[in-house]
Amino acid sequence: MVMNKKPLRSMSPLQETIYRFSQNKVSLIGLAVVLLLIFIIIFGEFISPFENGVKQNIRMRLQGPSAEHWFGTDAYGRDIFTRVLHGTKYTMMIAFPATFIAEVIGIILGACAAFYSRWFDNILMRVLDVFQAIPGQLLALAVVAALGGSLFNLVIAMLIARIPASVRTARSIMLSLVGQEYIDAARSYGSRDYHLIFRHVIPNSLGAMIVSMTINLSAITLQVSSMSYIGLGVSPPTPEWGALLSEAREFIITAPHLIIFPGIAILLTALSFNLVGDGLRDALDPRLRD
Amino acid sequence: MDTLNNTLLKVENLHVVYKARRETVYAVNGVSFCLKKGETLGLVGETGAGKTTTAYAIMRVLPDRTARIVNGIIEFEGYNLLDVPENLMRHGIRGEKIAIIFQDPMSALNPIMKVGDQIAEALKFHNKEDLSPERIEEQVDRTLELVGIQKERKYDFPHQLSGGMKQRVVIAIALVCEPVLIIADEPTTALDVTIQAQVLAMIDELREKLGTAMILITHDLGIVAQMCDNVAIMYAGEIIEIGSVEDIYSGKMQHPYTAGLFGSLPDLEKKTDRLHPIEGLMPDPTDLPKGCKFNPRCPRCMDICRNVQPEFTVEGTHKVACHLYGSGKGRGIDE
Amino acid sequence: MIKYIIRRLITLVPIIIGVTLVVFTILEMTPGDPAKMMLGDGATLEQFEAFNEKFGLDKPFVSRFFNYILQLFTRFDFGTSWLTSRPVLDTLKARVPITLIIAVSSIAFASTIGVSLGVISAVKQYSKLDYVSRLTAMVLAAVPVFWLGMMLAILFALKLGWLPSSGTGSWKHYILPMMTLGLPYSARILRSTRGYMLEAVRQDFVRTARSKGVPERYVIWKHAFLNACLPVINTIGVYMGGLLGGAVVTENVFGCNGLGSFIINSVKRKDIPAVTGGTVFLAMIFALILLAVDILYAFVDPRIKARYTAKGAK
Repeated sequence: MVMNKKPLRSMSPLQETIYRFSQNKVSLIGLAVVLLLIFIIIFGEFISPFENGVKQNIRMRLQGPSAEHWFGTDAYGRDIFTRVLHGTKYTMMIAFPATFIAEVIGIILGACAAFYSRWFDNILMRVLDVFQAIPGQLLALAVVAALGGSLFNLVIAMLIARIPASVRTARSIMLSLVGQEYIDAARSYGSRDYHLIFRHVIPNSLGAMIVSMTINLSAITLQVSSMSYIGLGVSPPTPEWGALLSEAREFIITAPHLIIFPGIAILLTALSFNLVGDGLRDALDPRLRD
Repeated sequence: MDTLNNTLLKVENLHVVYKARRETVYAVNGVSFCLKKGETLGLVGETGAGKTTTAYAIMRVLPDRTARIVNGIIEFEGYNLLDVPENLMRHGIRGEKIAIIFQDPMSALNPIMKVGDQIAEALKFHNKEDLSPERIEEQVDRTLELVGIQKERKYDFPHQLSGGMKQRVVIAIALVCEPVLIIADEPTTALDVTIQAQVLAMIDELREKLGTAMILITHDLGIVAQMCDNVAIMYAGEIIEIGSVEDIYSGKMQHPYTAGLFGSLPDLEKKTDRLHPIEGLMPDPTDLPKGCKFNPRCPRCMDICRNVQPEFTVEGTHKVACHLYGSGKGRGIDE
Repeated sequence: MIKYIIRRLITLVPIIIGVTLVVFTILEMTPGDPAKMMLGDGATLEQFEAFNEKFGLDKPFVSRFFNYILQLFTRFDFGTSWLTSRPVLDTLKARVPITLIIAVSSIAFASTIGVSLGVISAVKQYSKLDYVSRLTAMVLAAVPVFWLGMMLAILFALKLGWLPSSGTGSWKHYILPMMTLGLPYSARILRSTRGYMLEAVRQDFVRTARSKGVPERYVIWKHAFLNACLPVINTIGVYMGGLLGGAVVTENVFGCNGLGSFIINSVKRKDIPAVTGGTVFLAMIFALILLAVDILYAFVDPRIKARYTAKGAK
């Protein structure tokens, strides 16, 4: 069927994935939001200078949304829109490195476990069993308890809380790949292990790993903000979203707008990562699609 | 044709399509055949020829979101099954009058249900004679023994049985309500060669004993010769040749595709150096060729084959849909 | 089966030791001298020494760790609070019921809604109901638990005045925490149930059941659902970890004096033994839940049960 006109069949896997992803409207919206967030991080200063979010103005305290202050003002008269806008980068500064490093460590340990001796895999699994017996939130709490809450320490905390899950995901993806026949075939014609790992296993697992990474980003976004909310993450006056909400607690009755907008920011971020992740998964493996 | 009241199942001009996102798969395109009581019809063709779709259409167990029966009549005991409401279909036909033996016994059984319960289930929901639970159990025991499994095994779960035994259980499920028609969908392809003959012989024996009619779906012409009265050869969703076993194996006419199927069989009597497989692949069911569907692969293809869909040429019980025969177009033209 | 359960309980021992080691190691990294932090700079040298001796801080890490494990397994002793000098277990005992009520009620709430809507969503795939429940689930799965709690509190406690917004007095106090924690997890459970159900209804044995003439209701629940149940139970078990973590946050939102607020407060006050005890205790609860899920699994799936009983016979 060389002469087939169907577009899907003449594409490379990557093109095919992009094509399928582009057909998925909901995921495209998610992607648009993610791009918007990146745009905000880069150009936030031009949209509304950070100064606006720091400048206190007691006469303008606890104002509701208006043309001047889109999201209203807080107890010190600071502009909430600016604070939420600039809060984006704190969440991302924690979520991106933590997710990325967790994923890289996951891939390395996962590949080793899938490829090398049983004993390494066994030990790794036992260690993972231990780590997974501690709910992630508690692990992060313990790290913060020891190191104290700062941006860097939160990255460490999120990292430690995420690594077990990343390693487990990577390991199972790679084990399923190693079990496949083309790996055996490559082995049978004398490919070396590192060649197998870098040429076959990692490229083939990358799709699934990216999916798990996007979903992880969403989970970490939620976790970071909740750490700050309970007062063990980024602390006010830094306008991290969770910290904004923590500050807003005492005004829950008088100024609900202080609560609504940062919350929506967290929700949209987590949601858009999830949407992109879901869309990627469907695009990578259309059989999973219904 | 024959005595009409003897006809059990009459399929006429059946069309089934699968609608995917952007594509329409033309799975069955105008299939017609007749089946008399107690008779066995072999439905032969390659994978993807529409055999299983035809079977599922008769049972009306096609995936209801994607598959559509666009046209046709499936007349069973005088009623058009396509007009029967789902409720009645479930109640009176499926499992009760028509039963199906699935291809893959490994996945056809519910892994978390005792096999005895799976056999009994059919009885419970078709319990017209109001059998007591004890009687149902007896019937299950009897059916199990019929298919050659000790009745004690009914307390087993599928994973405790071998492949051959699982297929026997699947057969028991089909037989337990004593249906008048069994559709056997490649009942032995998933089994080891050594058990295949055993299971087939058993199916044949039971069918004869119970006087059940059968549609045997297979791609193995050898099995057909052993077990069937009539044979229909399917290609790309159409029946391209149909007739009695003698017609197909030694009739005067032969569709080039049928010839190809025979050519790809090893023959122990004739000494040949090599087999002759049919060149090429089945056409894409979303984009079927014009004219005769077999023309791109046909070694004897003529101009007319590329444009005109061939009609059946009838000779007694034997029908062939090929331009080589009938209406003046003899064998010689292309040779 | 009982043999199997006992065997599994024994395998929990190294897990708990491992968990303790992890928590111990992490908290060991706390900078500064505990005695100084607790007693302040004004205390005398004798007071520092007394403090260090009382809590074994004069001994090396390894010896303290083994002593802790020993106390934990022999006397179920989770250490002594630096702050109050009382056994941590006393506080845990008083607080754990609140956390358990919140966790159990919300997982029950989440499973009921998530599983039933997930099944219906899968069976009526692409119907309006399917779209609506998937959309809602998608949003709810991305909602920060504490924010949902605040929003629910604004609506039900402050605007409508139906429910109390904080405290733990009556059953009414637990409704908002249950919804806060349960809704996001019901969304997650819905999504996975739907996925597993879609897989299940495509299985061959479901077609076998249909072709037997089994009524659709039976086909869905008895054949498809019971099979989809296995991975669903497993997922719910895994979510329990996140849910217990979420309970910590939820308690904070609604001012419930459970294990969660105890741990958070202890973290803030640098009461390390309390953090260790609380974390290890919660991890033990989680491990027991996972064990229960495993056993439940074996009850539903004869294949797994067979493997276990075969192992047990050895």
